Amino acid sequence: MAVQQLTGEELSERVGAAVPDSVVASDDGILFVEPAKIADVAGFMKSDSRLDFNFLNSISAVDYINHFEVVYHLTSMNKHHTAIVKTRLDGRDELTLPSVYHLWRGADFQEREIWDLMGISFSGHPNLKRIMLWEGFDGHPLRKDYL
Amino acid sequence: MPIQTEPMTVNIGPQHPSTHGVFRLRVTFDGEDILEVEPIFGYLHRGTEKLAEERNYTQIVTLTDRLDYVSSMINNQAYCLAVEELIGVEVPQRAKYLRTLTAELQRVASHLMGIGFFLQDLGTLGTPLMYAFRLRERILDLFEMLCGARITVSYMRPGGVFFDAPDDFWPALEQFLKDFDTEYKELEQLILENEIVMVRTRGVSLLPLELAINNSVSGPSLRASGSDWDWRKMAPYDAYDRMEFDIPTATGGDNYDRFWVRIQEIHQSIRMVRQCIQQIEPGPIRADVPLVLRPEPGAEAYGRVEASKGELAFYLVSDGGISPYRCKVRSPSLMNLTTIEHLLVGWKLADMIVTLGSLDINLGEVDR
Amino acid sequence: MNCVLGPDNILHDTLLFRVIYEGVGNVLPCGLSYVVAGLAIMMLLVNGVLLGAGLFSWVERRLIGRFHNRIGPNRWGPFGSLQPLADLVKLLFKEDLTPRGADRIVFAIVPVAMLAPVVLMMAVVPFAKDTALANLNVGVLYILAVTSITSIAIFMAGWSSDNRYAMWGASRGVAILISYEVPVVMSLLGVVLVAGSMSLDDVVSAQTVPFLLVQPLAFFVFFAGTSAELNRTPFDLAEAESEIIAGYHIEYSGVKFALIQAAEFGAVLTSSAVMVTLFLSGWSGPVSNYLGWAWFLMKIGVLAFIFSWIRATFPRLRIDQLLAFAWKFLLPLSIINLFATALEVYFLRDGSGALDTTDLWIMAGINFGVAFGCLLIFGTLIKEKVRPAGPVTGATLSPGEAD
Repeated sequence: MAVQQLTGEELSERVGAAVPDSVVASDDGILFVEPAKIADVAGFMKSDSRLDFNFLNSISAVDYINHFEVVYHLTSMNKHHTAIVKTRLDGRDELTLPSVYHLWRGADFQEREIWDLMGISFSGHPNLKRIMLWEGFDGHPLRKDYL
Repeated sequence: MPIQTEPMTVNIGPQHPSTHGVFRLRVTFDGEDILEVEPIFGYLHRGTEKLAEERNYTQIVTLTDRLDYVSSMINNQAYCLAVEELIGVEVPQRAKYLRTLTAELQRVASHLMGIGFFLQDLGTLGTPLMYAFRLRERILDLFEMLCGARITVSYMRPGGVFFDAPDDFWPALEQFLKDFDTEYKELEQLILENEIVMVRTRGVSLLPLELAINNSVSGPSLRASGSDWDWRKMAPYDAYDRMEFDIPTATGGDNYDRFWVRIQEIHQSIRMVRQCIQQIEPGPIRADVPLVLRPEPGAEAYGRVEASKGELAFYLVSDGGISPYRCKVRSPSLMNLTTIEHLLVGWKLADMIVTLGSLDINLGEVDR
Repeated sequence: MNCVLGPDNILHDTLLFRVIYEGVGNVLPCGLSYVVAGLAIMMLLVNGVLLGAGLFSWVERRLIGRFHNRIGPNRWGPFGSLQPLADLVKLLFKEDLTPRGADRIVFAIVPVAMLAPVVLMMAVVPFAKDTALANLNVGVLYILAVTSITSIAIFMAGWSSDNRYAMWGASRGVAILISYEVPVVMSLLGVVLVAGSMSLDDVVSAQTVPFLLVQPLAFFVFFAGTSAELNRTPFDLAEAESEIIAGYHIEYSGVKFALIQAAEFGAVLTSSAVMVTLFLSGWSGPVSNYLGWAWFLMKIGVLAFIFSWIRATFPRLRIDQLLAFAWKFLLPLSIINLFATALEVYFLRDGSGALDTTDLWIMAGINFGVAFGCLLIFGTLIKEKVRPAGPVTGATLSPGEAD
């Protein structure tokens, strides 16, 4: 009954087969994916009957000075397994990712928060406004170079 | 002759007696019917995640208290689990039981507050609220005996708990459990079968299961819509694998079901408290962990618990230093709020307040 | 010079009135001393109502405190009984704000407009045998007319405040008041039929059996309707604190707010007084020639306690449920009551049109049966269809079993 975490290798096989040119690397716990393909990969992981990831736990963004990483934690309530998917965005300016709003509505506020505090915009999000801070605020506070 | 009317846009909040914190809803009304809803928050944003990057791992425990300030034990527990996963340390048995005990007591206190204010929003002018708070005061007194603070407890540390329970804690806990049954039954009798409560809350603001899962709703709100997903059973942590408890679920997903699920969860939590008292044994209360931790560079951990409002998780990334490189809080109230538009549009002003109460959000968590 | 009261004067010839009238009549002309005597008794009544409002506010706070398992006011005076005085002093010293966009004249008139009906109602209520200020032979009609001024006052408050929350509260308040006037009027017609007269003195003397027993449906409808008119829980939608903060009196502060609160609490007492007169046989009881006023005050106390008790217990209804309650439940009940009472009076009255005690008991029996039947039938008819409970896993009680 306990929940297992799927290893990166298992995921990379299936995802690599379904969505070509998307998998960058995989290790023990994590699957790394091309940024432009993240929405397709997520769509596959949600709709595939053996993966069936219907619950998005969280989307986080980490600032690694030279690049940013966006981490997706997913859970399948029917199949009792979890997965971690990461993408890596190089540079610091004009970062965009395709949004997964159309797959999981739970991404709504999380993607807005990442835009607000980290400066990564999500294309395809219907309402990408600042959420914690007010419109007109200058800068993205959670970045390492802010204060 | 048709009368010409105009929809009216009103701000509910941020200063309002019933928005459960500084929360603002910009609502467009046609008379009393809700046409559009736009939630605006961020009034309580204190930059917890940024502050966490400046403090060492032990100091962050005090920051986590203040996230969901009515259930701080559970916030501590989630954070300490994440840190223990990061550094790979095993918590001693007694500490696990103490953590489970205090987390369940905290869940009772948080649900009592949620129930009390839900009924207050219905207009009872305080009688069920006072009954619920009578019990909650006893729990807060127990916490004070345990760690000196009532609300922002900072009781747990990475590796265990901070202080062992003093000798007079256990008799006081037994006394509380003995009085709990009669006093809680009074509250249930007053309000659980009240005709007006039923008529106001049954069938109002329905949340179907697929929509709830898609919106990342978790906790009692999800269980009221029909799922029996509970992280205490699905990925047991601390002493939960040795606890016997049921998971109350309901199928309607309306306001009454969310309220009912919380009432039943209190029963289950008290059951677990009794089991903890029986099973706990003397021993160390904290693993041998240095006060200033330095995890492996590049390590990361996602520690999740079933908090009183849903899935609370900490995503920690370490760079080898004394503070985390990134500390991200996955807060249940923020996720539960994504359904607010679906829950409110089409209902009335009176229902809006009650629905917010039944979702039981806490702005400390939403805004961090 | 001795002034003599004419046979058709409107004010009651009580001992106090006569003493003042004749006393002042020695100094001033008779017409003027009539006015002075009337004003003196009126001052007594007005002060009584306002003091009673203050006292009732203390009583209610202590009662609700005890219902909540806490103490209530206990700082000022023995058992906190000087708390209303402290509140009054505080409110007097507060800044009396008028919002900038508000209609100043209407805004200022509202407290007076709310207090006026409360005090005016007391003019016809008899405290003891032949002891009321005025001896109107259309007392019931007068009371009904005066209570409808409240709805205008509430609307004036909401409209002139230039505030959306106030407008909401006012709209709700007016909708509720208008809807609940109709069943209240219909229920009182039953009482008037049985008593045979609209004068409150005659109603009291006709109650050899209290009309609570003879007209149970009318009492229930009148009680519920009055709760709604007084904006008391469970009908306090117009000033719902948890939703629209304070409703129609959100912009009032200082003395104006004090007057509005006095009007609200005073209205509870005067409505209880009217209910006691019409349904609980007013001032009569043992030794009522001397202690009529004591019985009267005691009965008012019991009814006020019941109002507070209900306020502490129930949540509030939503606006559409409230209006459904008035139009679909109370109104049919009051019409059925009127119909049944009319038939009974027609068949039971004797030659001169009066009803004696046995007739009243017979009517009581029939009306109780009618009341139970109607409450059952209409109760099930307007019960909202609640969704049946679904399957529940692993819990001790399923949501549907609570029904």
